Amino acid sequence: MLPVVIVLAISSAYGLWYKRSRGVIRAKNKAELLTPEMIGSALGTRATLVQFSSAFCTPCRATRSILQNIVESHSDVVHVDIDAEDHLELVRTLNILSTPTTLFLNSSGQEIGRAVGAPKREQVINALAAIR
Amino acid sequence: MQTLEINKETRNVIDARGPRFSAVITTLVLAAALATNNLWVIVMQAIIFAIGAFRGPQFTPYAAIFRVVIKPRLKSAAVTEDVRPPQFAQSVGLLFALTAITGLVIGINALFLIAVSFALAAAFLNAAFNFCLGCEIYLLILRVRLAHG
Repeated sequence: MLPVVIVLAISSAYGLWYKRSRGVIRAKNKAELLTPEMIGSALGTRATLVQFSSAFCTPCRATRSILQNIVESHSDVVHVDIDAEDHLELVRTLNILSTPTTLFLNSSGQEIGRAVGAPKREQVINALAAIR
Repeated sequence: MQTLEINKETRNVIDARGPRFSAVITTLVLAAALATNNLWVIVMQAIIFAIGAFRGPQFTPYAAIFRVVIKPRLKSAAVTEDVRPPQFAQSVGLLFALTAITGLVIGINALFLIAVSFALAAAFLNAAFNFCLGCEIYLLILRVRLAHG
């Protein structure tokens, strides 16, 4: 019975961290510069949301619909959805470890924040409001 | 063209509460396997993982229990999900179960212990925290494969 208790205790600790950290938008200090060539799309005039997705990822769908919905009402923001599997070099350059991961770029393509996991609508809107 | 896309989308989605319920049963079965070191418990779970991995998670006996017993009693609205993420998780579960069986058969108990522990952790995380295994490990597998070939 002891192994079961140990596994469930460690998993619970990890699960609580997982639940709290998914979707949180963290500011990026060592800013990566992304070009339109890298992401295969023009940058938004104010901001660009670069989402990395994969086939075996349920929250990628939810993230896609949240971000698409937001850019509909923000004409200066562009949403790009990239299949991570087809862009492994880019994934490695940008150190993407899991999907969905969303990068928040400013008008010059500098990554100023990223969210691992599906972000909440309000969090994205607040983060976008901070990008000038 | 548009309708074709929608049909394709609906054909491959299932009720997301099904795999979550199956994860609860899987957690109990794997906990029993870990507590008892019983070969037949893990063999039974391996067969169920195999059905989920090859035919789809909606065809396992656990999914049948969900459909017949649980689903009619649920009041919440059905949320659908792509069938591929839970199917991927079942494949990973099958790999761990087969590793565990190998450990017991060749007499390396530590192998059994470690493999069942990982499978139990993944099933429990899925059941309790809606953990998405494919999200966390699929990209890592691809990156490792890229680095080695």
